[in-house]
Amino acid sequence: MNSGAFGRKVLLANARWLRRGVSTLQPEPEMKELGESVKKFTDKEVAPFADEIDKSSVFPSRLWTAMGDMGLLGVTAPEKYGGLGLGYSHHCLVMEELSRGSGSVGLSYGAHSNLCVNQIVRNGNEQQMERFLPDLISGEKVGALAMSESNSGSDVVSMTCRAAEVNGGWKLTGTKMWCTNGPIADTLIVYAKTDPEKNSRGITAFIIEKDMPGFSTSQKLDKLGMRGSPTCELVFDSCFIPNENVLGKVNEGVYVLMSGLDSERLVLSAGPLGIMQACLDCVLPYVAERKQFGKPIGEYQLMQGKLADMYTTLSMSQAYVYRTAVDADKGFTSRKDCAGVILRTAENATQVALQAIQCLGANGYTNEYPTGRFLRDAKLYEIGAGTSEIRRMLIGRELLNPTSS
Amino acid sequence: MSLSRVLVGVKRVVDYAVKIRVKPDGSGVDKTNVKMSMNPFCEIAVEESVRLKERGLAQEVVAMTIGPSQNMDTIRTALAMGADRGIHVVCDQDLEPLAVSKVFQAVVQKETPQAVILGKQAIDDDCNQTGQMLAGLLDWPQGTFLSKLEVENDALKVTREVDGGLETLNLSIPAVLTCDLRLNEPRYASLPNIMKAKRKPVESIPVADLGVDIKSHLDVLRIEETPKRQGGGKVESVAELVDKLKNEAGVI
Repeated sequence: MNSGAFGRKVLLANARWLRRGVSTLQPEPEMKELGESVKKFTDKEVAPFADEIDKSSVFPSRLWTAMGDMGLLGVTAPEKYGGLGLGYSHHCLVMEELSRGSGSVGLSYGAHSNLCVNQIVRNGNEQQMERFLPDLISGEKVGALAMSESNSGSDVVSMTCRAAEVNGGWKLTGTKMWCTNGPIADTLIVYAKTDPEKNSRGITAFIIEKDMPGFSTSQKLDKLGMRGSPTCELVFDSCFIPNENVLGKVNEGVYVLMSGLDSERLVLSAGPLGIMQACLDCVLPYVAERKQFGKPIGEYQLMQGKLADMYTTLSMSQAYVYRTAVDADKGFTSRKDCAGVILRTAENATQVALQAIQCLGANGYTNEYPTGRFLRDAKLYEIGAGTSEIRRMLIGRELLNPTSS
Repeated sequence: MSLSRVLVGVKRVVDYAVKIRVKPDGSGVDKTNVKMSMNPFCEIAVEESVRLKERGLAQEVVAMTIGPSQNMDTIRTALAMGADRGIHVVCDQDLEPLAVSKVFQAVVQKETPQAVILGKQAIDDDCNQTGQMLAGLLDWPQGTFLSKLEVENDALKVTREVDGGLETLNLSIPAVLTCDLRLNEPRYASLPNIMKAKRKPVESIPVADLGVDIKSHLDVLRIEETPKRQGGGKVESVAELVDKLKNEAGVI
């Protein structure tokens, strides 16, 4: 191999270009254009700060308005509220690019733009959309969603947060756990039991506003990865929620929750794609430059085997994600594939990040290089939005369900 | 005073980050499956034009490109950055700067802009001729290698980067301007603007309809890679250095 043509720039450029090879799966012509613009944004506003965001565990608040100005926060929201009126494939594209720059930024972005904004778009009434969407989409306000509780994770419908009906609204009491963006959120979607005896048929979704009396947050959680994406417990102590903040119908929150999980898993599955791309972007120039036994380690077949595996793992993951997203945009949302894409991309990203560490050897094991962060960030996606185990259970159940699509 | 119309030229070139590969037969640069983008100096030209409009110093910004159907991407990028409409002169052959200038001249006569803003050169052929030739053909004043542009009364006050420093000129209108690197930092298009750009009009004109002579006057004999740089050597002492400079390099 000609080591001269194997220089850093060639590899960087080719990696980018080859990645775009998947564009045959993205039929809309604007995909490429949007992707390139978001990439420029990420390279300038996000990627240079990824290390600092991780080390300081602080999400830079200026990014919210920057993402708002860029038009990233309401990809699937109607244009009249400031959104783009586009589909999940576009949303995945933005999620992927931002996560390439910083896993934490990608995750907080996903929680805001999908879990909060998209849930209001899908389930909110006209007044709610008018009230909440413009500020969320401009980045003036930060969004979040909370369903899990300390003792209700995978078994989420066993939640014990209780909303009792009172004059003009509801009084919410209980706690929610592991809420992404919780410490910084202004607008939160929260599920609670409104008719506990009816179990899953007694859940209602509410829109909580930060300044509601009786609502507070506990201290920020100290996490393994995704450290720039703040997570905390939400505490409700007889918090009054007016009727106009009920999202969807009373006692039908489980539909809001379950259908929301489909789109959440689909959009979040692009996060691991971005992390895998970041792994390749880090590894390729390294193995082209790092010399042992007189030549770049990238010229050894053992190393090339790793690179090929990492690259094809990423490409297969992208193909599955964007096909599922394009299908969803055409109206064919498949529950098992929404669970399937995040199951696969999440586990793939962890493995690719491990390989990235291995490619960098001792350097990869230090915090001077970002590969450790990639691994810590990637692991989250095997747990959040349903664990790998729950996803597998769901897919298996759907496969045996004769009425499932 | 505000300019009624600014015409800004945008060229589609191999992306600046791509390592260029010369075709094995030496007939040109390999462009298959290579990422193409707007010439960076053209981006600066678009940015400056859009800023003029945002400051109320220009009323309409028209972006123009010459090339095959794929050049529509380049026009869309300019529209997403803020140009109002586009002109795509459809042409499947590579043009020399003189031909490009003549095509621009024809469009200028049709559009009657008060300023034509171009990049100082394109990063593919590095010709740095189109702006100058266009000014000559139109018999307009030219301001090249701009690092600053101001509109004062009925004139354009431009700062040029020349060898000896900075030169300031006053140009009467209409004029041809070419942009240097330090004029501005181009924006990236926001997603809403990319979507809005799809609704902006783009006029396609077959180059033959302009009745311009685009015949090539140059034969490209061969294109080859630049020679590989040889690594230097280390010397042990000043005496050895002087000896090598004197006897090996023969420069002292």
